[in-house]
Amino acid sequence: MKTLEELEAIRQKTLARISLRKEDKEEAVRVVIGMATCGIAAGARPVLTAFMDEIGRRHLRNVQVTQTGCVGMCRLEPMVDVITPDGNKVTYVKVNPEKARMIVADHVVNGHPVTEYTIGAAEQQA
Amino acid sequence: MDIFRSHVLLCGGTGCTSSGSEQLLEHLNLKLKEYDLDREIKPIRTGCFGLCEAGPIVIVYPEGTFYSHVTVSDIDEIVAEHLLKGRIVKRLLHQEKDVDHTVDMALDQIPFYKHQTRVALRNCGVIDPENIDEYLAFDGYKAMQKALLEMTPEQVIDTVSQSGLRGRGGGGFPTGQKWKFARASQGERKFVICNADEGDPGAFMDRSVLEGDPHCVLEAMIINGYAIGANEGYVYVRAEYPIAVKRLGMAIDQAKEYGLLGKNILGSGFDFDVHIREGAGAFVCGEETALMVSIQGERGEPHPKPPFPAVRGLFDAPTNINNVETYANIPQILLHGPTWFRSMGTEKSAGTKVFALGGKINNTGLVEVPMGTPLKTVIYDIGGGIPKGKAFKAVQTGGPSGGCIPAEHLDIPIDYDNLIAIGSMMGSGGIIVMDERTCMVDVARYYLNFLSEESCGKCVACREGIKRMLEILTDICSGKGSEEDLELLESLCHTVEEASLCALGKTAPNPVLTTLKYFKDEYLAHINEKRCPAGVCPDLTAYEIDEKLCKGCGVCAKNCPASAISGERGKAHRLDEACCVKCGNCIDNCKFNAVRVKREVRA
Repeated sequence: MKTLEELEAIRQKTLARISLRKEDKEEAVRVVIGMATCGIAAGARPVLTAFMDEIGRRHLRNVQVTQTGCVGMCRLEPMVDVITPDGNKVTYVKVNPEKARMIVADHVVNGHPVTEYTIGAAEQQA
Repeated sequence: MDIFRSHVLLCGGTGCTSSGSEQLLEHLNLKLKEYDLDREIKPIRTGCFGLCEAGPIVIVYPEGTFYSHVTVSDIDEIVAEHLLKGRIVKRLLHQEKDVDHTVDMALDQIPFYKHQTRVALRNCGVIDPENIDEYLAFDGYKAMQKALLEMTPEQVIDTVSQSGLRGRGGGGFPTGQKWKFARASQGERKFVICNADEGDPGAFMDRSVLEGDPHCVLEAMIINGYAIGANEGYVYVRAEYPIAVKRLGMAIDQAKEYGLLGKNILGSGFDFDVHIREGAGAFVCGEETALMVSIQGERGEPHPKPPFPAVRGLFDAPTNINNVETYANIPQILLHGPTWFRSMGTEKSAGTKVFALGGKINNTGLVEVPMGTPLKTVIYDIGGGIPKGKAFKAVQTGGPSGGCIPAEHLDIPIDYDNLIAIGSMMGSGGIIVMDERTCMVDVARYYLNFLSEESCGKCVACREGIKRMLEILTDICSGKGSEEDLELLESLCHTVEEASLCALGKTAPNPVLTTLKYFKDEYLAHINEKRCPAGVCPDLTAYEIDEKLCKGCGVCAKNCPASAISGERGKAHRLDEACCVKCGNCIDNCKFNAVRVKREVRA
């Protein structure tokens, strides 16, 4: 026998799990990972799992992790776009699992892009 | 990781299961393990998506990508391309017929879904029906919570009354009023029954709701029990629906485990329990009085009303009985209020209605539209029109108790009263579309044959009358009819209608009366010219091949089971009438309209 509070807890917990299928998707932060052959060869798989793991550990709702193809800058892979609900897009390059966790903590949660990992910073160094 | 980045929904309704969705699920699980994706991607078996024609259907979220006709080997590609690399497999995207360009086909973009409003089917194809947590997450049992803890039974009944909900089983009786009668009746025990004995050929909405969202029916039954003061409920469901029976059983167990069913629900002091009774498939047991005696273990025969079930029903106790789809609307009405429900549909028929589209139509499946939607929209915009460019002839609504509606009435908005006005009825919501190759006399004969087998035999008029009508129609179909037969047929119709006890007999003449009214010329062609204009009745049919139109492609010869067609490739073919078995394969398969039904038939 469940109490009203327990039922509500089940609702919230399950909602987090199935929010992918809810219709109000505009609210979501989208993390888009380049998963073409070049991306996978450069190590995009562990990056993707690191994102998933970090988002799961922090019980973040309304974050979607999706993949995309090659954008043509294969030398900068693994590349990750973080798109916030306001439509702003930040592109991160040469991401590894550690960087991925930083991006979740600073950008996805707190809204501060990690400037040093972005495409702009990488191009300046080059 | 306890979250998944992608959900893969596979339809587990009866339609898709029979086209192999179970094997797809097995293979998908295997492949996900192989690619080490099984902890980030979650396969979910859901209920019916409605577009059964395109099954098995697979939907990938968060994109909402809609794949149709998926095979086991397609799964390999979906996993390797879409799920691993994020590249949508364009080749497998659902394509509406007659649309030659493939656009980004997400679920809600395709025309089939665009015109629909889903209330009763809202969770079908969205949640995992075998998991109560998912139902809870989509506001499940919230309406029950509200009713039990915040409302009095009278308030619940008032809300239902104000919503204008009418019985979706076909009768269209106001649901709130029914509940009010049952509440007013005195009795030590009262019962709630869910009628899931869906027997109309071609109707399968109740099955889909039970398979795709069993908890919403349970929730509504509990609310119903609370409103009328009943502590026990029965679901009378056909044994031919094994998946529905299984999922309903699972739902009852899960609800009991959570304390949503049983003693002292949510601490409200209200007890409620639900039992499942499997019916053996007698059509007449869909009639409420027959259904109740069947639950009692007796022979399924209707009884005179009054006494109505609300006064003396199951085990002689006051009983409220509603159809599955009616119940599926209840939780939403309580959650969103009667005004919301009334905002859909027409003044006298509020809300939406689920229709099962079948027959000669491109998108066979389940659709839910607001009441008042024109038949034309349902058949052409949602249903995708008639296959193979054939012409529309009629549409049959309401199953064996309904009638055939010709093209001239296609613009009428569908609601209870409009359909009755043109001689048909809503029924449970089956819509069977017929094209130029359907013989209306044969259709009437088909339904009478069904009804003569399903008549329980209690009333003489129904038992004997339908049999005699069937004999007359069989005679007409084989060229032995006379014009006097039509008069006899019509008078029999009225006798059966008046002298039968239950709706089975009372509505049995409808298929005959409407075909006689709208397609009398077809009857006359059978009787006077001894020919079947649609080319269906074997004794009154002959085919011919137009030598000018025939390109000699050989498709007709290949499809002929009797080898009655011969000819050289590239030259006009010939049909040997002596060998022809009149199956019509040649006509249905000819791309050049070179095969025709002959105007003159040698009797």
